[in-house]
Amino acid sequence: MSLHDLLSAKKSLILGRWLDEVLSTYPSDTTQFIRKTENRFANPVGHALTDTLEKVFDALLNDASPEEMTGLLDTVIRVRAVQDFTPSQAVAFVFTLKKAVRDELSKDPNTPLPHEELSGFEKRVDACALVSFDIFMKCKEKLYDIRANEMNKMTYRLLKRANMLCAEDDAAGPSGDVGVNIKQEEVTK
Amino acid sequence: MAKGPTPAELANIDYTPPQTEWMDTPTVIKTGTFCWGAKAKNLNIVEFPNARDWNPSEEDWKLPENWQEIFLKGMKDLLGKYRSFKVFMDICVRCGACADKCHFFIGSGDPKNMPVLRAELLRSVYRNDFTMAGKILGKLAGGRKLTLPVLKEIWYYLYQCTECRRCSLFCPYGIDTAEITMMGRELMNLLGLNTDWISGPVANCYMKGNHLGLEPHAIMNSIEGMIDDIETITGIRINPSFNRKGAEILFVTPSGDLFADPGTYTAMGYMMLFHELGLDYTWSTYASEGGNFGFFTSNEMAKRLNSKIYAEAKRLGVKYIIGGECGHMWRVLTQYMDTWNGPADFLEVPVSPITGTRFENAKSTKMIHVTEFTADLIKNNKLKLDPSRNNGLNVTYHDSCNTARGMGLLDEPRYIIKNVCNTFHEMPENTIREQTFCCGSGTGLNASENMELRMRGGLPRANAVKFVKEQYGVNTLANICAIDRATLSASMEYWVPGTRVTGVHELVANALIMKGEKERETDLRGDPLPGKEGN
Repeated sequence: MSLHDLLSAKKSLILGRWLDEVLSTYPSDTTQFIRKTENRFANPVGHALTDTLEKVFDALLNDASPEEMTGLLDTVIRVRAVQDFTPSQAVAFVFTLKKAVRDELSKDPNTPLPHEELSGFEKRVDACALVSFDIFMKCKEKLYDIRANEMNKMTYRLLKRANMLCAEDDAAGPSGDVGVNIKQEEVTK
Repeated sequence: MAKGPTPAELANIDYTPPQTEWMDTPTVIKTGTFCWGAKAKNLNIVEFPNARDWNPSEEDWKLPENWQEIFLKGMKDLLGKYRSFKVFMDICVRCGACADKCHFFIGSGDPKNMPVLRAELLRSVYRNDFTMAGKILGKLAGGRKLTLPVLKEIWYYLYQCTECRRCSLFCPYGIDTAEITMMGRELMNLLGLNTDWISGPVANCYMKGNHLGLEPHAIMNSIEGMIDDIETITGIRINPSFNRKGAEILFVTPSGDLFADPGTYTAMGYMMLFHELGLDYTWSTYASEGGNFGFFTSNEMAKRLNSKIYAEAKRLGVKYIIGGECGHMWRVLTQYMDTWNGPADFLEVPVSPITGTRFENAKSTKMIHVTEFTADLIKNNKLKLDPSRNNGLNVTYHDSCNTARGMGLLDEPRYIIKNVCNTFHEMPENTIREQTFCCGSGTGLNASENMELRMRGGLPRANAVKFVKEQYGVNTLANICAIDRATLSASMEYWVPGTRVTGVHELVANALIMKGEKERETDLRGDPLPGKEGN
């Protein structure tokens, strides 16, 4: 049996193990809530986890494009980037898929592990982890952008009234990624 | 070369959190989660005790030597003064009905953000020092001594509660966790442990009449800027009055509407509507703040700040007050004002000069919400509206916690939106109306240094917005709260990019056909109206 067929056959068991690994990064009281609350609006983190882990697993089996993988992982990493995790804690759950797969496949001693294929699969998991770190960094950068933009929004009208904005920024307005640029002569005053 | 972990050590990294009981799990104060400490100068302005500059991330909080005595005496005073506080401390059976209803718990996964546990942080001190069982049995009876780490833990989590009251909706005993937070913050206040983001606006409001510390000329200058923009868009020059004695109505709105986008577009909306009606109203540059950050410090401070609105109404001799789109301003008004400063007998029961409707609901406070006023106008067919001008906007509505749970203002904003916009979709029912999720940044948590915390708290609301965006193409999040307008903008930028956050009266003004206006090319933000994109 090919690895693809093996993983497809044991998909729900592997996903269960992987989810256990991810949930173990939360305190036990929280784990119960995330696992048991089914309503997706009452439990957005649980919904994001269960929904995304399955999609990521399918995407790994089907050699999805990096763009597709980034979009999927973003849902989970975006949450973990603002939760109480260090950067490594936030993305480490990706690696635990390898453990979930090996633990599940080695349960049956009669099925030899397809080592070569497994190694290829695990490389793709590693690539996912690297992508996850990129996403994590983008989320953090976004938070800093938001902080800066909030300040811009608070001062934009004051600066505009004081005629202290450059023309092009004046047109760009206070929103978006374009910061408010104060006229150089005002800065050097 | 620095010694790093060996490969064997690296392989053994364990991310599993400690499985200890909450009392035995120490709290670590982390950057991104807390707001900076209050500055001495701001606390001194309002004569708050133990004023000093301090930093929550430092070990030494520069507490007064007898801080435990101050805290416990303060607690004793509050327990004697407020029967509700005593009852809330005693009757919780820890059933857990509230546990998973808090946006901070849902978003953070931190068990100490479960409302029951957050209250337990304070309740454990109560048990230890104010109940017989706790005094004798201590930890066995759920009590614990007020040590420095305990104080810091209580402080940390009191400022991870937005007093939104969603949890109390589900409590079978009706325990109001928001009031427990209020009591806790009063106690912190006694020790000078306030936050800069709250105490600065309180001092400003006390001295100058608004949170931003805007002086009269700055307020008038900002409004003049809006008037210029309105003239550019509509061709109509509006001339509002300031501090005018004898006006029929005093209009008060959060100062955020005067400066911070997108609140400014809402303020333009009020002015366009009032101009079109020929309303006899005045702005005040003294009672220039609808919000009340004093409410996040102490009952007494909230009362002092609230009183200025009524003092100004009396000075100007108006008949009644219309309040703008604000959140906690309305909880203060509906639930506390009458006890503090009411009844406002020198004012008259609000009667709309356009429709003749008498607002009996405000017969004691003499203050009505602008959406009540506008919904009544539309109901009586007094406005000419062209909802197609908002056709580019696919709208959903976020109930502010305070207007929804605090005063039951649920249908008027929706009625208005449905009359000024052609496309409206509700978010899922367990995220709106009485069950609405907080924006995640109320009660003075809308600083920037605690952005990670704000995003955690904002997740449940944003998740529902994301759903209607994917399901129905919603691109606009309307609301009637100045803090919402500011903080949901940030939350959307992170969780649901491409979502416009707007006040309801911005939408009204876009649709409002004004007498003598030129053909409009853009909306209030200067974006082309539908069908005018090529111009």
